[in-house]
Parts: sequence; C-alpha cells; structure tokens
Amino acid sequence: MDLHFGDGKPTDEERAAVDALLGPPESAWEGADRTDADLRWARGGRAARDRRDLLLPGLHALNDRVGWISQGGLGYLCRRLTVPPAEAYGVATFYALFSVRPRPATVLHVCTDLACVTAGAEEVCAGIEARLGPGSGVGVERGPCLGLCERAPAALAVRAGDPVRTAVSAPASVAEAVDTSGAPDAAPEEPPAVAAVPQAGDPSLTLLRRIGVVDPSSLDDYRAHGGYTALRRAFALGPAGVIREVTDAGLVGRGGAAFPTGRKWQATASQPDHPHYLVCNADESEPGTFKDRVLMEGDPFALVEAITIASYAVCAHRAFVYIRGEYPRAVRRVQHAIDQARARGLLGDDILGQGYHLDIEIRRGAGAYICGEETALFNSIEGYRGEPRSKPPFPVEKGLFGKPTAENNVETLVNVLPVLAMGAPAYAAIGTARSTGPKLFCVSGSVDRPGVYELPFGATLGELLDLAGVRAGLRAVLLGGAAGGFVRPDELDLPLTFEGTREAGTTLGSGVVMAFDDTVPLPRLLLRIAEFFREESCGQCVPCRVGTVRQEEALRRIADRTGAGAADDIALLREVGQAMRDASICGLGQTAWNAVESAIDRLGAWT
Amino acid sequence: MTAIPLGVPRRLVEFTLDGREARVPEGATVLDACRAAGKDVPTLCQGDTLRPKNACRVCVVEVEGSRTLVPACSRRAEPGMEVRTDTERVRHSRKIVLELLASSADLSTTPRAAEWIKEYEAKPDRFGPGAARLNDEPRIDNELYVRDYAKCILCYKCVDACGDQWQNSFAISVAGRGFDARIAVEHDAPLTDSACVFCGNCVEVCPTGALSAKREFDLRAAGDWDESRQTETTTVCAYCGVGCTLTLHVQDNEIVKVTSPHDNPVTHGNLCIKGRFGYQHVQNRG
Repeated sequence: MDLHFGDGKPTDEERAAVDALLGPPESAWEGADRTDADLRWARGGRAARDRRDLLLPGLHALNDRVGWISQGGLGYLCRRLTVPPAEAYGVATFYALFSVRPRPATVLHVCTDLACVTAGAEEVCAGIEARLGPGSGVGVERGPCLGLCERAPAALAVRAGDPVRTAVSAPASVAEAVDTSGAPDAAPEEPPAVAAVPQAGDPSLTLLRRIGVVDPSSLDDYRAHGGYTALRRAFALGPAGVIREVTDAGLVGRGGAAFPTGRKWQATASQPDHPHYLVCNADESEPGTFKDRVLMEGDPFALVEAITIASYAVCAHRAFVYIRGEYPRAVRRVQHAIDQARARGLLGDDILGQGYHLDIEIRRGAGAYICGEETALFNSIEGYRGEPRSKPPFPVEKGLFGKPTAENNVETLVNVLPVLAMGAPAYAAIGTARSTGPKLFCVSGSVDRPGVYELPFGATLGELLDLAGVRAGLRAVLLGGAAGGFVRPDELDLPLTFEGTREAGTTLGSGVVMAFDDTVPLPRLLLRIAEFFREESCGQCVPCRVGTVRQEEALRRIADRTGAGAADDIALLREVGQAMRDASICGLGQTAWNAVESAIDRLGAWT
Repeated sequence: MTAIPLGVPRRLVEFTLDGREARVPEGATVLDACRAAGKDVPTLCQGDTLRPKNACRVCVVEVEGSRTLVPACSRRAEPGMEVRTDTERVRHSRKIVLELLASSADLSTTPRAAEWIKEYEAKPDRFGPGAARLNDEPRIDNELYVRDYAKCILCYKCVDACGDQWQNSFAISVAGRGFDARIAVEHDAPLTDSACVFCGNCVEVCPTGALSAKREFDLRAAGDWDESRQTETTTVCAYCGVGCTLTLHVQDNEIVKVTSPHDNPVTHGNLCIKGRFGYQHVQNRG
C-alpha cells in the first residue's frame, strides 16, 4: 500500500485532538517532524494498519474538538492510522453527525421524526431556523429521531471544544432550544431517566425496577439492590450452564428480529476460531424507540453486569458497546459504570477472583440508522463504512474482525439478569409459551403518559394504551417504528407477543407503540417515513438505494390525492415495495415499505 | 516440461436447479452453476476477476426456505438446495431493479442492458419525468480517462479493483450515503491530486462505461466509435520484463484501446499506465 497524503496540514487543535486519543506520534511515518532516524527505518505495515478500528473514534475526536473534519485533520488522522485518505473520506461522509465542510462549532440537531412532528416539531424547527440564521454561530440541522420521544419535540445541542458539550432541550420551544444552543453549559439538567418510566415504583417491575431507585453512578448502590448476584450465579453455573439457563428461559432477542439468544450464544461459544467477541448493540435508532437509552441512563451497571455474563458464556475476553452518537448522557453513564467496575475488580484481569478476564469498550455511533444492522455495526466498529455484509457467513461464525461474535441488544442482555436471578423455569413462566419474560414498550404520540412501559408478553395493545392514557380520537397505532406497521383502533385486543403480532400480519419490532389521533394527516406521516428511509439507506444495493427514492417520489405525488387519482401510484408503490422486500441486502431495504403497505391495506389510506 | 497445475481435487455438490439435478465443484456459486447449465442470468456488479459484491441485485434467484431472494453471484451452492431462476418473483425483482437503474442512470453504454430491459419488460419511464436521475457532468481532469458519473451504478467494482483486490492504490472510495453516494477520491479532489496511478484497472472492470479511456470517450462523443470496425491483436507489452499480454483494439489502422485478457495468468486483465495508455509511439508516423 503506497499511501498518498495531500498537502493539508492539521491545525494545532486538530493535532492535539488526535494525539489525545492515539498518543503522540512516534516517527515521521506517523506524522511527527522528520528526523534522521526516520530515513533509515520505515515504520508501518501490518502493525500500523492494525489500528484501523480507531478511525471512527478519531473522526469523533476531530469533530468533537472543532465541529467538522478538515482536509488537514483527516490527513493527519490517516497518517497516524495508515488509512488511505480516500477510504477515510468515504467513512467520514457516511455519518450524518460529521461534516467535511466548515460549519459553526455549535450545531443544534432538531428532531423532525414521527413523534416530534406530531408534537409540533415543524413549527418549532421553522422558528429556530428563523432565529438562528447564518451568522448566529449555531448551525441548525433537521435530523431523524433523537430517542427522546416521551418529551417530544426534542432538540440536541452539541458545542465542539475541549471537552465537547451537549445539552438537550425537550420538550423544546423555540426560545428554549435557542437558549440551549447559545449556552449548552448553562442549560438546565435533563430530567432523570425515571421521568421516562411512568410505572416507576411499581413492585411488579423486573427490568425497570432499579430505575429511579438506585443512583446510576454508584456501584455500591447497585450492589445493595441486588446487583452482581446474577454474575455470581453465572460463575457457579459455568459458561455452558449459563447458556442452558438462557435457552431454557426461552429468551429471544429484543432488538426486533426475535432470534433465540441461547442458540446464538451456543453457536458462538462452540466456534473453534478465536478470539470470540461480544457486541452490545446500543445503536437504538428506530424512530420511536428509547428503551435502551432509559436502561443505560437509569441502570448502567445492569448492562455492564449483563455484558460480563454474556461474554463469559460465549468465551469472549473483549466486548464492545456500540452506543448511538445522539445519546451523550448514556455514553457518560455507561463509561462511568465500566470505569467503576474495572476499579473494583468486576472487570479486568480476574473478575471476582474467578480467573476470568474481560474488558468492555464503548464505541460511539455517528448518526447512521443502518449501523443498528448487526453486520453494518461490525464494519462501523472496524473503521469501514457502515454497510451491511451479505449473509452467510453469519456473525456467530464470522463477525467482528472476522471472528465469532455474539451481538445482542441492550434490552436482551438486561433480561439475562432476571433469567439467572430467578432461574429459567420462573422466567419462562412470565409471558406466553412462545414469548417469555417481560417486554419493554416505548409508548409515545397521542397519550397522556408517554414513556417506557414494562409488561409481561401477552398483554394486549389496549391494556398498554390504557396504562399510558391514550387520548380520544385515536386514528392509528404504529407498532415497531418506521420499519414496523400500522394497526387500526379496532385492533386493540391484539396480544403483544411476537407470535400474536405475526399472526395478525404486523410486527412487534423493537417495541415501539406510537399512537396517532385523527388530527395528524396520515399521508404526511408516511412521507416522513419514506424520507427517513431514503436518507438512511446506505446506498449499497440498488433496490434500496433507488427504491426508497422512488417510494418517496410516489408518496409526494399522491399526498393530496385519493381514490382513483392515487391508484396508479399505489400500484407502483406495491411493485417497488415487493422488490425492495425481496431483493435488498439487509433489513433496512426489506422493511422500508412495511409501514406504507400497512397504511394502505389496514388503514385504507388514500381511499 | 511444462507443469500443468491440476489444483486440489474438489468434491461435487449436488442440488436442484429449476427442477433439474445440478452438480458443481464445492465452492462454486449458484451463478457458476447457472452458467454451466446454460442459463442466462443477468449480472452487472459481478466481475470475473473480482470477489462478488452482490450490490446490484439483478442476479437474484429464489432458494427454497429463504425468506428473501438471494444473489446468485455470491451464494455458494449447498448440497440439497433448491434453486429457481425463472419464477414470477425472480422476474419481478429483476424487472424492478432494471427499471430503478435505467430510470436513474444512463445505461446507453452498458452491454446487454437494452436486451435485458426488453426481456424483463422493464419500463423505466413509468416513474415519470420528475424521477430523480444522476445528472452529473462527465469529469475530465486528466488526459487518460474520464469519469462519467451519469452512467455510474455504484457497483463498487472500480473501488475493489483499486483497493486490496488488485491495485492496492486505494485512490477511490464510495463517499456519501444512499442516492447521494458517489465514487470519489478524498475531498472530491481531481484525480491528479490523488493517489491514483492511472493504471486504468478501474476502467477495465467498469460495467457501464461510466469510466472510459479518454480516447474512447472522445471517439464516442464524435460518433466515431464503432466496435464492428475494430479488430483485436494480441501481443506482449514491451515496456518491462513482466511481459504482460496486451490486446490492441484497432479501428481504421489506429490503436483506440488497450486491454489484457481476464483469464491471463499474469495480468488477470490488469495493466499499468504504460501498458494501457502508452501506445502513441506505435502510431507516430511522422
């Protein structure tokens, strides 16, 4: 590899930001000033290229310090990591939170997704843009769901510097959001995670029981509330015993695909290739989903303990948590929990004196829905564009760094604690025969008490909506987020289980339950969903890259039409949708037409 | 004595292809099996000298038990698999993919595109006059080859050929995301400011003519490019001791393009800047 670097030089700030992450450069080959020794000894090769996975953290370092990624800054990072600049540029331009063009140091990300737009985000956004025009020192960027749906409409201010500062304004008014972006340091502290848990204090809670009860920054408090008993039980059972318990408990993945967790672990643990990895998928980007954020912010030690158990079961000694970049507080809380656990011997070389060693690293996403797809997430961690890989081979065989990897969603992992604490039979007794355990639901939209709800599988949609205080005039409920589907108000007896929703021809997905009343124009919502998929398509395969564009164009044409006037375009949508579902590489393209289809078939949109 | 490498003996995999028994060596793809059985499966991003990228999805087939269609170019044949290549579902996806491509990119120089569009009854016009297209102008920033982005279908073949699969220059990559993604060098600079070594191996693998040698581009623009008038002469490159096989494409007694056979064990279709572009001295008749 003969790398070619441009003439751009990093500024002192950019150099400092990269060096803070990677340490000072050792030679001119890595970007230091040239000495005589450098002319005699070329450093590089495989050892230098082995750090490619630090590309994404490096891009974050630059973007956090100066607000954008300049030619000089990117060139220096490439020299440090022996990455071709063209590839690094391809990676930097993949993520929505990065910019390769100069922009103000402060950026206000305003959510214009489903929950926020029904709560008036459009007016708020227009007001903000009118106040923060060019020259205001704040860049305003409309973006996808920020995962703050219970407090819609939401805005996130990010001010580059050392350190980078962030502040959330939710529910946002024009004045508040403008003030927050002007002084992120002075913004009022966000409400605690428990504010998103309307059931807090209910003794029947399992997954949410510690949220609002324990101090999320205190390991002692966590242990005083039952923390780390599951890990002791895991060590007593041994890896095979843990997998058996999880399998017998019937635990299935909560990220949307509902794959049996025990089977995934067993398949990973039994691979002869080493090392094994465990990856926690906390790139919660499905519009309307915020349960993982609440878990990470309210009970971060639970996630750390659960990752430790899962890693132990699949014989991994290195685990990654990939948290979406829009969750700064969750990143801080989980990082603090990992540091605390390491300091107290609950991570590191000899966990609980059992001779098992594990370390957990956090990787931050940078604004790409597609990185929630398991193989795209691997590519993102490895420092490549977050494009999904084709399967087979499956991650349990060739995952992160091409090695056997178990990847689980935050909620799935947190469920492992009650499985071990109460035992498989007791856990399996919760819920229904085929969907066992408790499930978290993210309820937002037209309800009085939006938030994360915990109910055993099998509760009906109506029960959940009653609990959340659904408002009058319900027109439709979106299950599973943008990749999910709509159901009608007369389908409230739908049981919330994987098999129940499947039989009804819809999906539970990641647990999104978004209620819309009849004041919201349905075509407008569908257009927003189509825009979302067009913007978030990675562009790798044709059905998704062009199909999502054609879907949006057709929806735009029929926004104000009904009946026969829309029939031709609906037929076109069906044809394109079928090809996206059949021929796309990954779940993004395969589900990009789900919500629109369900709106046509179930809700009778455009009739 | 010439040693003829026989390779490791490979087991045969037996499976069903359109209801008939198919046997292919272990490791062969479904596409290999289709071609061995004489079936015409359209492909665009698949390259005979590259690893399958399965990005274009025009080669999809139906596999019993699979929720979605699978790309024939990358899916390896497995014992007992039941593959169907001509079902309604397969034809529908291929038709839509061709429509999506033809409505967004210029396929006028893509070999066989017109034939496939006819065969699958694709109607790219039905997305209406407002359908988004790649309207970028051709980028001419050097004397050797042209990047005509309006013809790019983002198949990744040029990126793969430039990167670790052949040239190891890593001069180009996909930048941006979704419909706005483009093949680019860093900061979208001209090629002359990049790591490009002008070997033209990206031009060789481009399936649509989005990348073309400047000479071919100019002749096409003038309406003088006529493959029926071209002859091919095989020779050996005289520039260095490697001895790459060259195929000279000659039109009206003038070399208009140089390639190398893809099955050549030395080049695998690749050349360097001298072999591919340094032919002017041959016809310097002054």
